[in-house]
Amino acid sequence: MSFITGSDSVTQIIGLVFYGFFIVFIFYGQRIQMYILVREVENSLHKLRHIKDEGRKRAIDVLNEIGKPTSDPTARVDRYLDHFTISPQSMDPAGIVNKLDHILDIRDERLKEEVKFMAPAVADNEVQINNLENTLEAAMALNYIYKVVRHFYIQGKKTLSLYVIMQLQMILPMVMKEAEAYGSALKAFAYGQPIGDSVGPLVVSRLMHGFEVRKVPKDCVVSSVPFEGRTALLLKAEGPGGNVGKPGQAIETVIEEQQGKLAMVIMIDAGLKLEGEKVGEVAEGIGAAIGGPGVDAFKIEEKVTKYKLPLYAVIVKEDIGDAVSPMRKEIHDAADKVIERVRDVVKERTKEGDTVLIVGVGNSIGVGQ
Amino acid sequence: MRLIRMVQQQTKSAQSNKISTYLTLIVLVVFALSIVSLFVAVETYLIGDIITAGLFAGLGFIAMLICLFLLFQTRRQAAEVKLDIPKVMAVIECQNKDCANKTLREFQRGDFVFKDLDIACGKCGGKQMITGIYKEVKEKEKTYAV
Repeated sequence: MSFITGSDSVTQIIGLVFYGFFIVFIFYGQRIQMYILVREVENSLHKLRHIKDEGRKRAIDVLNEIGKPTSDPTARVDRYLDHFTISPQSMDPAGIVNKLDHILDIRDERLKEEVKFMAPAVADNEVQINNLENTLEAAMALNYIYKVVRHFYIQGKKTLSLYVIMQLQMILPMVMKEAEAYGSALKAFAYGQPIGDSVGPLVVSRLMHGFEVRKVPKDCVVSSVPFEGRTALLLKAEGPGGNVGKPGQAIETVIEEQQGKLAMVIMIDAGLKLEGEKVGEVAEGIGAAIGGPGVDAFKIEEKVTKYKLPLYAVIVKEDIGDAVSPMRKEIHDAADKVIERVRDVVKERTKEGDTVLIVGVGNSIGVGQ
Repeated sequence: MRLIRMVQQQTKSAQSNKISTYLTLIVLVVFALSIVSLFVAVETYLIGDIITAGLFAGLGFIAMLICLFLLFQTRRQAAEVKLDIPKVMAVIECQNKDCANKTLREFQRGDFVFKDLDIACGKCGGKQMITGIYKEVKEKEKTYAV
């Protein structure tokens, strides 16, 4: 069979058209590829826009429902969603941690004040204010993701650059996953449901429940509990409102109170799993198990280095979607496994009568003490 | 759905329409070619060249399927926009150690772990407490043999 040398005229026409296509693809192949990529990005952008709008709508609905504002909060919510934070200048990095800490403190106070203003009916209810703040922060994250993706999409179309669009299209699956996670987190935050990230506080609250609890700066609670013949100082962010506290500052305070006389510090946190690992797997390691901008990790490392304290970490594996959406049963069930692991670590590496510090890192939303 | 339609309408810029036209044009040309290919297949079959007829028919069907897939995909993607709101359960345990009755109920606003409940245990009448809150994910994760 030959396409162009066939005797039939129709066959010859088809052959010519096929050759035509071949030539067109040689010269315009990249542009056609770009149009297909642009279309893919466009579809994801539609999705992102929908999730972002849903987040904004839910935040406004929850504010109206719980906060009972005197006027329509829509304009204030929009202003809140566009709020930004400028990180300190790092040309001379000496002292940057304290600067960043200060900036983050101002940000937290400012946003909390804003929420209190938008929700006067619950301005004195710290739990509700924290939950509303978390809901608005999830909506803020969605708004930011949407704007960044839109920026690169428009830039790619304006410049007709395949490489800008290609880069965007390549990272889109991860971006979409994160956006969908924040989308499903909105209800969790609004209703005060524990999220995957709450596993650290959940473990610690199981150990401290029924014992006397006192507050430590900032927004954390600590309890002294007998544990396997040792004294365990249990530390977590104060719940059940959505709050991560400042574990760095709290650990500094507790270590200084004990004048560094601790046998070890154990940090329990949710850790990002790699593909192929199971949700709820428990792993053990060394170092400061804490996320965020690094201020807390820095403070903890400084303090344990000063007193030469061993720093252990136990993490529960989960992906970003699980971390910000309502807690999965596998993660909830992993709390018991973590307690057993902590028990083993304490028994193997400390003596009876020692004092250990166990920290549950993460958001205490929906977890009391 | 109303929101989705609204979003679609808002994001339809003049430029995006242009791209859509390009794609539609390509799809239409390929569709026309697939029809010609099927026509040639019939003609060749009548002459008696079954192998060539089969090749043309296959080519025509594949091209036609690709066209239909492209057209349906663009419509389907917009309709797929939805947020997954999972069902969250609260574990309620009786505080009487001899009873330790455990029940599950759907999460209610205001619930939190270690919240004392006013409702007495159905078995012994003891005090009850929420000891866990979680969602059950039923989706089956794809496994890879590695």
